[in-house]
Amino acid sequence: MGAGHAHTLYRHGHSPVHALPPHCKLAATFAFVVVVVATPREQMWAFGLYAVLLAAVAAVARVPAGFLLRRLLIEVPFVAFAVLMPFVAEGERVEVLGLSLSVSGLWGAWNVLAKGTLGVAASALLAATTELRALLTGLQRLGLPPLLVQIASFMVRYGDVITDELRRMSVARRSRGFEATGIRHWGVLARTAGALFIRSYERGERVHLAMVSRGWTGVMPVIDEVAATRTQWAYAAVLPAAALAVCVMGWTL
Amino acid sequence: MTDDRATGPATATPSLEVCGLAYAYPDGHQALFGVDLTVGRGERVALLGPNGAGKTTLVLHLNGILGGGVGTVKVAGLPVEKRHFAEIRRRVGIVFQDPDDQLFMPTVREDVAFGPAAAGLRGAALEERVRTALERVGMAEYADRPPHHLSFGQRRRVAVATVLAMEPEILVLDEPSSNLDPASRRELADILRALDVTVLMVTHDLPYALELCPRSVVLSEGVIAADGRTQDLLCDEPLMRAHRLELPFGFDPRSVAVA
Ligand SMILES: Nc1ncnc2c1ncn2[C@@H]1O[C@H](COP(=O)(O)OP(=O)(O)OP(=O)(O)O)[C@@H](O)[C@H]1O
Ligand SMILES: [Mg+2]
Repeated sequence: MGAGHAHTLYRHGHSPVHALPPHCKLAATFAFVVVVVATPREQMWAFGLYAVLLAAVAAVARVPAGFLLRRLLIEVPFVAFAVLMPFVAEGERVEVLGLSLSVSGLWGAWNVLAKGTLGVAASALLAATTELRALLTGLQRLGLPPLLVQIASFMVRYGDVITDELRRMSVARRSRGFEATGIRHWGVLARTAGALFIRSYERGERVHLAMVSRGWTGVMPVIDEVAATRTQWAYAAVLPAAALAVCVMGWTL
Repeated sequence: MTDDRATGPATATPSLEVCGLAYAYPDGHQALFGVDLTVGRGERVALLGPNGAGKTTLVLHLNGILGGGVGTVKVAGLPVEKRHFAEIRRRVGIVFQDPDDQLFMPTVREDVAFGPAAAGLRGAALEERVRTALERVGMAEYADRPPHHLSFGQRRRVAVATVLAMEPEILVLDEPSSNLDPASRRELADILRALDVTVLMVTHDLPYALELCPRSVVLSEGVIAADGRTQDLLCDEPLMRAHRLELPFGFDPRSVAVA
């Protein structure tokens, strides 16, 4: 995809992970996250093993560690929240480097951090190996209402068209000597947003006309029948199955 | 009012028959005042007329997007009525003016497949239909690209393919040459000439009409004001002036040899 394109989560490749049908990957990621969340937080080694499992999948998918780590940055706000917990939580306290911290708060912070990081890493890995629109068809296969999937597909398709329109309007503004420098100019920007809404709305009407003209009756026709074979499901199940084994050990040990 | 119907080849059922069509928009603005138009099978007809003449309004009647006024429209003998909409929309392929409105799927291939898939085609037959349509407009190697990453001319060609894939009885194009550079404009003309479907082409580009369409009709203020050989109409200066039709500077329709 061209530079400056929005779908930067995806990393083009031809690995076995890329080749799996999207709904298998979605189901596997979801199952993995459920298993991670269900693991008792005291079993720290289990979370280490989960991280190793994800690293193995990333290696098979040939997604470099640096790429994945950068995607983890979206987690930062949660980290801030987690860091606060030991200070504000109630209960038994311990002294660490002269600070008085709550024990339950520390466990809470660890819980959020470990499970959150693993969840985000698994999703980032899914997004890195599956194109956005494949994800959408996968969601549809898994039973998400078709209407939601259609709305999301149109957002993907027209996101660029609308950003482009916004850019053209901004160019037109600046060509007439307008620079938004402060609060005085917010009125102009608000009117631009209004105009953008009208334009997008009218485009929606024209697109609807075009769809009706080609025989659309309210349901998206089936174009690609993405069916998964039993082997593909089996491959996809490896990650959540291994995680489940770890989780069961965590509960029984 | 010149009415010269002798030019069209008269086959058993014409591709398009419009009779006494009148229409007012819901806000009360009357756009069509009794339009009569017959287009024979295999004909290429240009629909000329000034801005606001009602051309787009007429086009939207051809597949039942607009309706509810007076008069009838028939496509290959089938009246445009609600119970026939599915079949009518398969028979009438409309290429809209802005390809961004027409191409709404994530990839070129899916977009071209949309119409036939909506009509119930599946699997290998669908694949084949998409491939032939894209080959006819010379865009086969772009099948997996997203439409918004193509140039304007390429998007226009894909838009034509989306409609060809439905194997329409009549192809209706709303200003097909607008925004195209001269080379793309000529390429599109070559594509249209190579097709053996009925074509109704709305255009302000009079040389293009002369090049592609042996017959033209002039729609002005909601009525058909003239109908005849394109060259004859373009050479009729009083008629042209009366309907705000102007030839590009230096273009003389008399000097062009047409088939
Ligand atoms: N949605 C609408 N509501 C009310 N009036 C409309 C609407 N759309 C078009 N009109 C009016 O109907 C008349 C015919 O419009 P139409 O779009 O058919 O013209 P046109 O021949 O396609 O013009 P152009 O060459 O500019 O595309 C115009 O006077 C226009 O203002
Ligand atoms: Mg128009």
